[in-house]
Amino acid sequence: MGALVDAGLTLADVDGYFCDSTAGFGPISMTEYLGLKPRYVDSTETGGSSYIVHVGHAAAAIAAGKCRVALITMAGRPRSAPQGMPAPAEPSPETTFEETWGMFGIAPAYALAAQRHMYEYGTTSAQLAAVKVAAAHHAQYNPNAMLRDPVTVEQVLESPMVSDPLHRLDCCVVSDGGGAIVVVHPSVAKDLGDRCVTVLGQGEAIKHTDNGGIDLTYTAAVESGPRAFAEAGVTPKDIDYVSIYDSFTITALVAIEDLGFCPKGKGGKFVQDGALQAPHGALPFNTDGGGLCNNHPSNRGGVTKVIEAVRQLRGEAHPEVQVPDCELALAHGTGGSIGSRMGSATLIVGRSS
Amino acid sequence: MSAASLPVPAPTLTEETRPFWEGLKQSRFLLPRCNGCAAWIWYPRGFCPACGSLDTAWQEASGRGRIYSYTVVRKSGLPGWSEAVPYVIAYVELDEGPRVMSNIVACDPDALTIGSPVRVVMPVGDDGQALFRFQPDGGPPAQ
Repeated sequence: MGALVDAGLTLADVDGYFCDSTAGFGPISMTEYLGLKPRYVDSTETGGSSYIVHVGHAAAAIAAGKCRVALITMAGRPRSAPQGMPAPAEPSPETTFEETWGMFGIAPAYALAAQRHMYEYGTTSAQLAAVKVAAAHHAQYNPNAMLRDPVTVEQVLESPMVSDPLHRLDCCVVSDGGGAIVVVHPSVAKDLGDRCVTVLGQGEAIKHTDNGGIDLTYTAAVESGPRAFAEAGVTPKDIDYVSIYDSFTITALVAIEDLGFCPKGKGGKFVQDGALQAPHGALPFNTDGGGLCNNHPSNRGGVTKVIEAVRQLRGEAHPEVQVPDCELALAHGTGGSIGSRMGSATLIVGRSS
Repeated sequence: MSAASLPVPAPTLTEETRPFWEGLKQSRFLLPRCNGCAAWIWYPRGFCPACGSLDTAWQEASGRGRIYSYTVVRKSGLPGWSEAVPYVIAYVELDEGPRVMSNIVACDPDALTIGSPVRVVMPVGDDGQALFRFQPDGGPPAQ
């Protein structure tokens, strides 16, 4: 509802609806709750990256004439009503080949990727910690963030080990929350004033274990990123601000490499000296505090990545972290597990001219 | 840490995976292999995801490999596993090629290194089900 009010629209304007599969019957349950009768629905499920996929699918549906005002929503209460991962009606074929080894939750899986990254590229725990330090620096300016205290690299390294090499402070928060995005036809946008931002490009990709051939050093961002950049007609150098999915510090670090913001394997070196800190770092990121400090609604951070990118383009981020003259922003989502199978989605948005 | 200290849960069997789990009960590490393109198939399934062939056969694998990556799980809230921490989850790159997820047992978790050789062990649970895990292997990898 907040997103519609922000856009100057109402539920009656919505004719396309997008959500994940976590609430009841997905769009069937949610359109009933919202009182919608959309002519187009999509419940593509790629975990925490779903909502960045949905933005692309909404833009495509609008371009195809299937709808004009698309509403994307997500929400969940994993903190107040912890349920773990929802049990699927039918176990996936891979489940027994992972849970049998005590692979529960996602920290051990991301830890496997972090360990291999360290082995191949010499990435250090202190470099991973720099990602958390930047997020915490930003979170101190966000009154809604769960964790608002700045932290040091030493504090990250001294926090308890959860699953080697990931410490507790390498992990995102578990929070209640949600978010919504409205994507509209250009003819609708022109009546909504200059607070709209423009979808310039979007890409998505899946990466899986590939018949035992899994390579843990990269993510599906190596495909979703170039697709988004090509569609937008821009390069990583052009981007002023990034929202990068940060379920763990390693999640963000690998994505930064895979999206082309630094050479492959150099992510640790790239982030270690404050590159991610707004407003003047080389690549200001997650100025709301990200998943590491602000929130991770429903264990899925994709929608909040888009929302903070829009704030930056509008110049509505906190003054201490607002990137000057922010014209081009990127929001990147990672769903599932970079330690096994995952979905990446990359969105490039620009300030309305 | 020993294999006995980790739970031996009963795997979920399907028609596609039954021969794999039944093989472990006979101390045989059987993997499906494609008769079309010769790819080893992991995890087991009834066709070849590399080339799409339906012509596959079960073949005994060496049970040897090297650690591709590992993590030491320090914290677990789950019955059976919370008592077993710290335990090791790893991807083992089999000599045949596939990288398979499993546990490394009978080891000092803090002394493991990526690339070190391991060999399969097949612990049996209370209900007769058998699993596969790996332990450090001092000898050279099987040819």
